[in-house]
Amino acid sequence: MDRIPILKMGPFLLVTIQVDLYDRLALNLENDLITMVSKTEARGVLIDISAVSIVDSFMGRILGNIASMSRIMDAETVVVGMQPAVAITLVELGLTLQGVYTALDVEKGMELLQKKIGLNLLNNEEEEADEDDRNL
Amino acid sequence: MKKATAQAVKKNKIQILENWMKFQLTDEGLRDDLMNNEELHAQSVLLLDALIRAMETGETLHASSREFDPIRDVLGEISVMRARRGYSPRETASFVLSLKQSLFDAIEKEYKKEPESLYKEIIAVNNILDALSIFTFEAFLKGREEIILRQTDEINEISTPVIRVWEGILALPIIGTLDSARTQIVMENLLQEIVATNSSIAILDISGVPAVDSLVAQHLIKTVSATRLMGAECIISGIRAEIAQTIVHLGIDLSNIKTKASLASALRVAFDMMNVEVKKVDRRSNILLK
Amino acid sequence: MIVISKDSMGIIREQDVVPFRSRVKEYATKIGMSLVNQTKLITAASELVRNMLKYANGGIVTLEIISKNGISGVRLTFEDKGPGIKDIQLAMKDGFSTGRSLGLGLPGTKRLVNEFDIKSVPGEGTTVTITHWKNGR
Repeated sequence: MDRIPILKMGPFLLVTIQVDLYDRLALNLENDLITMVSKTEARGVLIDISAVSIVDSFMGRILGNIASMSRIMDAETVVVGMQPAVAITLVELGLTLQGVYTALDVEKGMELLQKKIGLNLLNNEEEEADEDDRNL
Repeated sequence: MKKATAQAVKKNKIQILENWMKFQLTDEGLRDDLMNNEELHAQSVLLLDALIRAMETGETLHASSREFDPIRDVLGEISVMRARRGYSPRETASFVLSLKQSLFDAIEKEYKKEPESLYKEIIAVNNILDALSIFTFEAFLKGREEIILRQTDEINEISTPVIRVWEGILALPIIGTLDSARTQIVMENLLQEIVATNSSIAILDISGVPAVDSLVAQHLIKTVSATRLMGAECIISGIRAEIAQTIVHLGIDLSNIKTKASLASALRVAFDMMNVEVKKVDRRSNILLK
Repeated sequence: MIVISKDSMGIIREQDVVPFRSRVKEYATKIGMSLVNQTKLITAASELVRNMLKYANGGIVTLEIISKNGISGVRLTFEDKGPGIKDIQLAMKDGFSTGRSLGLGLPGTKRLVNEFDIKSVPGEGTTVTITHWKNGR
């Protein structure tokens, strides 16, 4: 069965959608991504849709689902590279992807994710440092 | 139409052209300010040649027959060109109509001894020229319409410039009423520019929008939502006191949108978001040295 | 108004959606529709085809290129023999849905295209016709 590859980049997962999604493929992506988030304990998910020319309400719902499900597992989702025509169409359709972060490109998306989870990371490092101190 | 008529016209071409030119040049509608006489002459030759060629091809000629396609092309071009240069409809139509007299003179000479044929041929040529002048008129109007359409598009384009005020910051001053057609253009321009310049903040300045009603507000909200979907932030600035009043009185909810009173304060917010600081620098020492 | 070309396509399975969308794109490109208008039309078509699959197990779509006052456009007619819609006015309200979708379907789709027409007889089926002009006006 067709699958969209998911790349692991440090604490983040990166998905680049290069094909026109049909429903089964989109549902598979949702499943695979959530499984990956739980398996790798990823802190963030980047979905690059710069090559996607059509996002309808079904596809929009999948993106929203991925974001909500990841959030429960403590991972933030950023959708990057949406085409202007797609953005205009989604707004007209009445779909504003509440709860999903967006960024212009993968680089900016990565920055955003780092900022979003940065505070948490800092806290963790401090905790770890404390532990180290104790070990000494 | 008889073959002889076409031949008569062809034979007397130079005479016809001369008379026609004389007529045009002495006409009070002559616009030598818009077109010089050589050009007028060239256009006249072009039309007369095309007409003779069409007349030669068939006996049962109508202005709508295919033989007249080349004439229609020539006339269409001439009419559109005249429309662009600012000719009046009358001046354009009289170009074809003024050819009538000189043509009739030539035909009259040919059929001097056959009054019946003369009558028939004159009517036939007359009908063709009438049809052609109507066509000229249509082409002229079409040319004008094209100009208007192009200007409307241009105005829409010009009235929605996207300015790059800083690296990563775009500003879009909106002047005039924001209707849905204009919103589309604003949105498209803005989003395309965001991609092209990789900007993450857009400032929509509405100081030049005369009034904001719920429809305009809806258009603004749509633009902001689309910008956010792309991954950029949108600030609306230039909200005058009376606009703030109407927005609240109409019960429009703009709480999800960053709004600022002036472009300057919006820019300050944008700088802040991008961690840019603008400071005054003391340059007095430099001035003294000079 | 004149019909310049006409074609139809059966939609039975979910896999038919993507080829159908490319077909609509082909039509829109043929008349020189701008990218934004193309995207709106294709998205609207996608929504309607999904409705058809979900509520009526598919149906037939007629694709046409039409011309009115010298402006060309694409017209799509979605016909199904599903359960039909009891209250069209209610179905056209934002936020209404009987399925588990977001309820943007019909009103959202209507906003995307220039002309939208819906006819439905409960128990017999539904016909939705949408038209989008080249310049989107």
